[in-house]
Parts: sequence; C-alpha cells; structure tokens
Amino acid sequence: MVTSNSYLESLLQGRPQLPPSPLAWFNHLRANAVDRAGTLKVPTTRDEEWRFTDISPLAALSLKPVRAASSLEAADVERFYLPEAKNRLVFVDGVYMPHLSSPTGPDSAQDPEVVVVTDLSTAVLAHAKAIEPHLGRHAGFQDNLFAALNTAFLHDGAVIIAPRNVAVENPMHVLFIATQSGAASHPRCLFIAQDGSTVTILEDYVTLREDVYVTNAVTEVVLGNNAQINHIRVQRDSAQAFHIANCAVSLARSSRYRSVSVALGARISRYDLNTRLEDEGAECAIDGLALITGRQLADTHTCIDHAKPNGISRQSHKCIVDGAAQAVFNGKVLVRPGAQRTDSAQSSRNLLLSAKARVDTKPQLEIFADDVKCAHGATVGQLDNEELFYLKSRGLSEVAARNLLTYAFGAEIIERISIASLRHRLEQTALEQTKKTEL
Amino acid sequence: MIHQDSRTLLEVRGLRAVVNGIEILKGIDLTVRSGEVHAIMGTNGSGKSTFAKVLAGHSAYEVTGGSVIFEGHNLFDLKPEERARAGVFLAFQYPIEIPGVANSHFLRLAYNTVQEQRGQDELDPLEFDDFVREKMKLLEMNPDFLDRGVNEGFSGGEKKRNEILQMALLEPRVAILDETDSGLDIDALRIVTNGVNQLSTKDNAIILVTHYQRMLNYIVPDFVHVMHAGRIIKTGGKELALELETRGYDWVSAEQRAVAGA
Repeated sequence: MVTSNSYLESLLQGRPQLPPSPLAWFNHLRANAVDRAGTLKVPTTRDEEWRFTDISPLAALSLKPVRAASSLEAADVERFYLPEAKNRLVFVDGVYMPHLSSPTGPDSAQDPEVVVVTDLSTAVLAHAKAIEPHLGRHAGFQDNLFAALNTAFLHDGAVIIAPRNVAVENPMHVLFIATQSGAASHPRCLFIAQDGSTVTILEDYVTLREDVYVTNAVTEVVLGNNAQINHIRVQRDSAQAFHIANCAVSLARSSRYRSVSVALGARISRYDLNTRLEDEGAECAIDGLALITGRQLADTHTCIDHAKPNGISRQSHKCIVDGAAQAVFNGKVLVRPGAQRTDSAQSSRNLLLSAKARVDTKPQLEIFADDVKCAHGATVGQLDNEELFYLKSRGLSEVAARNLLTYAFGAEIIERISIASLRHRLEQTALEQTKKTEL
Repeated sequence: MIHQDSRTLLEVRGLRAVVNGIEILKGIDLTVRSGEVHAIMGTNGSGKSTFAKVLAGHSAYEVTGGSVIFEGHNLFDLKPEERARAGVFLAFQYPIEIPGVANSHFLRLAYNTVQEQRGQDELDPLEFDDFVREKMKLLEMNPDFLDRGVNEGFSGGEKKRNEILQMALLEPRVAILDETDSGLDIDALRIVTNGVNQLSTKDNAIILVTHYQRMLNYIVPDFVHVMHAGRIIKTGGKELALELETRGYDWVSAEQRAVAGA
C-alpha cells in the first residue's frame, strides 16, 4: 500500500488560498473539515467499506491544483446542454462559470415564489438562513476522508432551492466539466426542496478530454414535508479518471425522493448514497446502472435508513460488466427500532459479458422493527438462453439478439429518467456500448 | 384446408430427440402440406411441446435421429434464426418478457430481418407504425401495446395476441402454435383463433399443439394427431378431437398397446 501521507499532502496542497467568507459558520465548517481531513487515512481494502475497491492507483497520483478557470466558450460545451433545462449551472474543473450558466432567483429575498438556482458563493450570502441548517450537516465528514476533503475546499458549488409549495416545471441542469489533466476538483451541490415543492435536477459529470484527473464530489439533498425531488445523476468521466462521490439525502414527512444514477465513465468510481427517511410516510426509489468495460471499476454503496414508521423504499441496481471490468454493489437497508410498517424492496441484478468481468454484490438488511415488509434479491449471470431463443426464433441473429438483450437490461433503468432528451442520449450511448459486431 | 395443388412443406421422418439425457421424442412421422391445419393433441408429457421446440431449433433439445425436410431443405442445417427467416414460426406457450425493449422496436426488428432475407422492403419506424396498427386490428389489440416493453406486464391473453401478431407480421410458411389456447378466456380465444383463421391461406400450414379440443371449435383442423410417449399413435380427422374430448386419451393408448401386442 502507498502511504497515505504523500497523497493527502498533494491533495491538501492543491487547496487554493480560499478567501474567507463573511459568515463565521461557513469558515468554521471549512476549518473543521481541514482539521478532520488531516487526521483521516486513505481507505484501503482492509477497510470493510472498501473491501473490493482498491484505490491505491488514486493515492499514487501526483495531483496539481486546478489552474485558473479555463477559457471555455459556450460553443465548446453546448453539446452537453439539454433543451428541456432552462436553468443551468456550469462548473469547469470545479470552478463556477457564470458566463456558461443561466442561474435564476428572486429579485429580492422577499419574493418567496421563485426557485433559486445559483452558485454557492452567491447563495450563501443571499439565502444564508435556508442554507446554514443544511450545508455540511447531512454529508458527515467525521469518518469520511473524501467528504472532509471536499468540505475543506468548500467554495464553489451548486445551490438549488425549490420554494414552498412550488412545483418547478423545467428540470435543472448542474454540469461539471473536467478539462485539466492531473487536476483534482471538488464539486459540491446542495439541493433543497422546501415543504410541498417538486423539482427535477440533473447532476451531470462530463469531460472534454480522455485524461487522468480526480473528481471528488459531495451532494446534499434535503426534502421538506411533502416535497418531491427527482434526482438524476450521470457520471460520464474519462475512462482514466477517478470519481469519488458522496451523496446524503434527508427526507421529511411524506416526502418522495426518486433517483436514477448512471455510471459510465472513470477508471475507478465510487458512489456512496445515503438516504435517510427521517420522518413518517417518506418514500424513496433509488435506481442505478453501471455500464463498464475495459479495466474500469464502478463501486456503488447505498444505505437506505428507515428511521420512522410507514416508510417505503424501492431500489433496483444493475451492472453490465464487460472486458476485465469490475462492479461492486453494497446496498444496505436499515430499519430502525420503531420504524414499523416499513415497506422495502431491493434488487441487485448483474450481467457479466465476458469471462474476466467480475461483480461483487452484497445486499444487506438490518431490521430492528417487527412489523415490516422487506424483500431483497441479487442475481449475477449471463444472458438468459430462453430470451435469446425467443429473439432468434423471430429471425434475429445470435449477435443481434445478444445486443438487444444487453441493451434492454440497461435500458430498463435508463427509461426511468424523466428528461426525454437525456434519456434518448443515454439509450444511444448504451446501444453503442453494448453493441458487438457480427462475427 | 386440403386442396389439389398443395405442396409438401414439412416432412418429418422418425424424429428422435433427447433433453437432459432423456429421450422425449421416439420416432415421429408427420407430413404437412400447404393449406393444411394439423392439430397435435396429447396428455402432458407426451412430447408435444418438445416437438414444437425441436422444429424451432431450441438448443436444449438434441436431435438424435430421423430427419425433417422443410421446403426441400434439411431443417437441421439451419440455425433457429435461419429457420425463422425461411418461414418456420413458433408461437410460444410462455412468451418471454423483455422489459427495456419497446414492443414496437422488437416487432419492427423481427419484421425487417425477415423482409431483408426475402429481398423485400424494410420499413422505417413511421411506415412500420401504420403497418403494424393495421395488423393489430386483426387481433383487436390496443395500440398502447406497441409502447410497452415486449410482453412486459401483459396478461396471458395479451401475450398470446402478441404472438399471433408476430405471426401476422412474419407471414411464415409453417406456423406452430404451442398451447396458444392456454390461459385464454372465451373472448380472447375467439379473437385469437379468428386472427389465426384469417392468416391461414392455401400456401401456408398451421400446426396446433393443444391439450384440449376447445380451440378446434374455432380453428377446424384437417388432421388430428394423438401423441403419446414421444410418438404419434393415432391420426384422424376433426371428429377424433371430439372423441378425445368425450373419452379422454386412455383408450387411444390402450388401442395402441393392443395393436402392438397383436
């Protein structure tokens, strides 16, 4: 194992001279995270949570600070834009790009009806009251080095606040673009849906170059009573990049969180999604797809924490693994004492397309209440022979039948994405990536 | 129906097949000519469905003896997809669900594959949409079924209609309908069988594999074959089905044993 110190030092050295905020709590939060990051070790495969994911190649990198904002123009990046998204926040190597973004917000803080879509530096001054109770409070960094590092770098970020009882019609697009070789960026998002509001948000990671870099993202998602968030997350980083992300979701009474996460890129990616149903009657549906090949590794760790009665959770996680790639899934469902009448169903389905492909899947139920309904299942396998025969009996060649079934396996998750143009794009990507040519 | 200038489409001679090392088909003889409707009846385990799957080319069934000539070609030289393109169609007893693939996409893919093979025009999505909607009327199918995943969440009857819709699109020379009547209520049975009757021409042939006589009230067979222990042990006209309905299958095998013992 590489010693953690050199790596940490290189990362912390990358920390620019961040200007102090006029807000004491903000500076305090950042200082705490710096302290914490200094004491935590880089996880190794000896840590249970990282048993299958060896990140020593990441620790061996020599990283450099992100250079000043690159001079990208809209023409360079507009192929990533979505026609449905009227409001967009664009970050290049973690740095907010006002000229590529289309933020929105009330003209005055007294206008409570308007959705806030803006960068963190602006939001933290204009909407401190809404932000302070949540920023850094859900994605804990006491025991999480990467969350601590991200918080130590807290400066730029995306903030979306859907105001009380407002159903935001258009989806919001938060776009993180990687452009610099060897750079480490720390994307940060805070999404708040106040009581009774509804909003759809796409968190999107893309690259302009096939290169080595590190993305270390933290996202906090907060749902008020009866609020609803559709959270779509797409990771299309370079196949040489490292992508580490932590997402913490907090659900209040009768709120509904739906998420679809798609991981296509990165040499090593790790996504930790912690969903906490904090009050009665909350619902979450968490779906994921990892579509990887070559020597990629995609690790998804989720925790659905039922803290109160009458919660509902649904989870479908799928991996399509080709080449010598490896997928990891660890899905914990926790039903705390008193969380009666919890209704939870989880499935992990995995498709191995080559002899060297590998999946490690571990559904994990921890139930401390007696009146609950919890189902879970995991499958790992090749394409089903009966399905292949059905397609061939309709004239499709062996290869065409395999391609179609592989595509379908992933499309079942992709089709849950509510933004049509993104769905079509990902379907196309999946089609191309699962397509093998006729022999 | 039986007609004068019919041609032999399928010639099965002494067909034997094993699955998991157990011999299921023990020498089947059957000749199917264009325009004909054949019913193959028999108890569970008699080998009816195995016979259907062997004709379609399922890899779990190993052919160990005999021959099948389809329109002058050795059927076993053809892969399942080549049989389909050449005009062999199997309507599945349990059609497979494929979530993630729109039914319209699947139907068009199958249609165009077969069209290409026959040197005929392929259809783009818009053209195909018009074409398939017309065919769906034959089976009184709601066009909503085009947008759903292949057979995904379809009821038993809806799946069977979707099978016959595929038959309508692919226009096979020999269609084998494996227990297409199972799981159908009386209305669905009427609709599905009406669809099959309209697809039956003097140039194609239909093989109905069924347990019960009731489908034969709607699709009148020219020949009824009784299968038992991997062989066709009796062949008759449509009246044989009625006799089976009232008397069961035991008397046929008893008769067979008597003949064999004599």
